[in-house]
Parts: sequence; structure tokens; C-alpha cells
Amino acid sequence: MLLVPCPNCGPRNSTDLRYGGESHARPDPATATPQQWRGYLYLRDNPAGWLRENWYCRSGCRRWFTVERNTATNEFRSPPMPGDKRGGKA
Amino acid sequence: MGELRRRLRRRPPKYSAAALAWRGMRGDYWPRVWRDTELKSSYDAVVVGGGVHGLATAYYLARNHGITNVAVVDKAYLGSGASGRNTAIVRANYLTPEGVAFYDRSLQLYNTMALDLNINVMMSERGHLTLAHNDSSLRTMNWRAEVNKLQGVNSCVIGPDEISKIAPALDTSLHPRYPILGALYHPPGGIVRHDAVVWGYARAADHMGVEMHQKTEVLDILCEGGDGPDGKGPGGKVVGVRTNRGDVSTPVVVNCTAGWAGLISAMAGVRLPITTHPLQAAVTEPVKVFLPTVVVSGSLHVYISQTDRGELVFGAAVDAVATYSIRGSLEFTEELAGHVLELMPSVSRMRLLRQWSGLCDMTPDYSPVMGFTPVDGFLVDVGWGTYGFKAAPVSGEQMAEAVATGRTPELIEPFALSRFETGELVGEKGAASVGH
Repeated sequence: MLLVPCPNCGPRNSTDLRYGGESHARPDPATATPQQWRGYLYLRDNPAGWLRENWYCRSGCRRWFTVERNTATNEFRSPPMPGDKRGGKA
Repeated sequence: MGELRRRLRRRPPKYSAAALAWRGMRGDYWPRVWRDTELKSSYDAVVVGGGVHGLATAYYLARNHGITNVAVVDKAYLGSGASGRNTAIVRANYLTPEGVAFYDRSLQLYNTMALDLNINVMMSERGHLTLAHNDSSLRTMNWRAEVNKLQGVNSCVIGPDEISKIAPALDTSLHPRYPILGALYHPPGGIVRHDAVVWGYARAADHMGVEMHQKTEVLDILCEGGDGPDGKGPGGKVVGVRTNRGDVSTPVVVNCTAGWAGLISAMAGVRLPITTHPLQAAVTEPVKVFLPTVVVSGSLHVYISQTDRGELVFGAAVDAVATYSIRGSLEFTEELAGHVLELMPSVSRMRLLRQWSGLCDMTPDYSPVMGFTPVDGFLVDVGWGTYGFKAAPVSGEQMAEAVATGRTPELIEPFALSRFETGELVGEKGAASVGH
């Protein structure tokens, strides 16, 4: 079980949330090259360590948020404040 | 006759009844199955990852192409990753023509493996049932059956009456919440002893001169001429590998590291469309044989087979969260038990003995990534997600051909890394996501 720190609802079981994957900034559609779009769509860093990622609080506040998690130990850190729009889907 | 003699010479020595009796009487130890040698300073090719894919690649490099100056390196022991953790199911009833052709070739190689490698891999061609619980999945089953028939693979859709004849333990009544409406029956599917496949490939490759290096962790891949730092990245070429036992120079590195594929590729400056997810499985206490086929339910996220020893082996879908941690969870056990009882209420008093998990390298289209990368001499055989074991022999054969000839073989062309650039994805989610 993963306890995910939702900035609005506090720690919740990961089954209450939807995992949104790695958080990357979306390239500007007006200027992005096909290669940048491909990278944004498909390529992933997939590190064994700290990763910025998106979560959707499905059965709580129903908002997207970004946290950092260590993918080797599943430890979370520094949940940003509500309304923080750092992530791609925030 | 010449061909036969050539084949015999390439086979490792036999485990015969006479040898068993002789060693049994003398109380001898069996000799090492593969050598434990010093790491040399140079190889023609280095295969990273000592699982079935890596070992099969090394074996076919030696057997089909005569390239024997090859090292297989693994940071733990051979078969320590997904090769020893999968649920050992083999089948070829995929959805896309590319997928069917590929897995069918793999099944053929599994069928002759005991003879080729001279080891009993306990291939049990027991049939494979993929259950449909609603009209839309029944429609997909029909689609898969037709694609399979066109490719010459034996598959057909059967109704509840025939299902209960094949597997009487399944509840084919209309009482469950998700009643069984039909199934895709695939008689050539079955199970294989996965450890024996690992040992068989290692022994046969060793016999031809390939070196297996266990506890040898790759720390870096040495490149030159690339765009990125240290000469890595697109446009560069591989010159060697840095391991915890020293540097090795080699023009070819094949990445067969499944869950760790992204980390190894990053060492060469190649980014992959892969995320790493754990997949959990479990096994019960052994009972008398009552389940003659492999049973799969995509809607209920479960696949079940009974081993020759009598245990039921269960597998599920991958965990939703990408992680390198392989801890099991109670949610998995609860969900699994609920779904298995929905299919077979009669096993309600069986006890689970053990649960474990392995790492899967998932791609967006549920198809692998095989062949060349923008870095010269760096090949990948990754993205095998939850279906790598059944594809190991053909992957090894095709990857070996790619290494030896420098060209992508036709059978794996659809799975090239460049498909994500051109948008030609090979969508196998319908047949691969839980269909083991």
C-alpha cells in the first residue's frame, strides 16, 4: 500500500487516487517540433530514485496535484501547495 | 548426416539415466553447469542481463552465427529477475498479425527446446482458455480467433458447455456477477518450467564458448562521437562497458534488462518509451490435479494454471504505479482471491503459500522495443512488459541475427524503436494486458 500525501485531503491510500505518471512540462503547440512532441508523448525518464509525478485524487478532492516520490523506496516528499501549477497536468 | 553430426556436436552433454545411476552410486557431485571465468578485457559482444532473453541472444549468436566471444553479464544471478518470477505461460493467440507471427515462431522453438538444448524444460502443451464475460470481449475473441486462423495458429471460440467439458472446475452458470459467456480456446498454449529454460540456454551457450558473468553489474556504457556528454547519445557508437569488475571493450552491447532497461539505456544516452511497474503473482498449496488448462480472464485481471506439482499459480495485471520496489500488497491478495473465487468457487478453502512480484518494462502500445537504436552498436531487446517469457526464444534468435548481420530481421521490423517517431504503433493491449 502507498500512502499518497494529497495537499487537500492529507495522506490517502493510492487505491483512492489515479496515478498520472511522470510530470513534464507540455511543449508549446505553436513552436514544438515533431521530435519534441514525440518526446513529450512517449519518452520517459523512468529513474530509480526521485521522480516528479502527477496524481489525481479520484475519490477525494478530485484535483490533480504533483508530488515527488522515490521510485526505489516509494517515499514521498515536498508536496506542493494547492493551486501550484508546476506539473504538466496540474 | 553432416547436418546431424553438426547438430550433435553443438549440443551440450546429455543428462542420461546411466549418468544419473553412475553418479548416484558413487555419491559424486555433479560438475558445474556453466564455467565461472575471469572477465576478459575485450569481447565481440556483451549482453547485459542474464535472463531468458539475454541468454537466448547469446546462445543463438553462438549457434546460428558462430560468434562465441560473447559475455552475458548480470548484476545478480542468472534468471534472478522476471525470468524466474513469471507464471511460465506460453501461447501465440495475439491480436495483430505481427504479434501472432512472432509468438507463433516462439512457440515452435519452445516445442523443440528440450531436444535442442538437451534439458527437460517440462513443456506442457495443455491448452489455453481466455474467458469472455461480456459481448464486447466475446467480439474481440472472435476477432483474435480469425486473425489466428489466417496465420495458421490453432484458435477457436467455444461456448460455456464446451468450457465446462474442458475445465469442469469453472463456474459456467449465469449466477456470478460476471458470468462466463464463452472463451477463446488455444490448444497449443501451455506452460514451461521457466528455470529450466534459463539453465538450458546458459548450459548450451557455455558449451559453445559464451561466458556467463554473474554478480557483474554494469556501471556505465562507454561511447564516443555522440551528441551528449562523454560522447553518448544519438550519432555516437559503443566502445565498451564499465562494470564493477573492471572495464571491458566491445563494439556491441545488447540491453536485455527488462525492468532496468531504462537505466541501462540512459547509460548510452538513449531515452526509451518505457516505465517500470511491478507485477504480482501468488501460488497456493499443492492439491490433486483438477485444472487441465491455463485459464485467463482479462475482465477479472487474473490468470491461473496448475503446476505439475499441483499448486495453483495466479498472476494479475501490473500495479498501476511505476516503481522499482517489489513489495507485495494486501490489495493484490484480496482482489486476486475475490476474482479467483468468482471463477472457481470450489477453491475457497485453499491456502495461499506465497506471493512475490517482478519488474515489468511497460511500453505505451503493449509491444516490445527491439533492434537498433540511434547509438551505433547499442541494441535493445526491452519493453517486454508482462509477456517476455513466452517470446524469449524467438527474441534471442532475431536479436542474434540483428547483431550478426547488422540489419533488422523482417520479423522484428514492426517493433523498432523508431515506430514511436513514425506513429506506427503495434497495439496489443487487447490481447496482452492480462492475457497470459
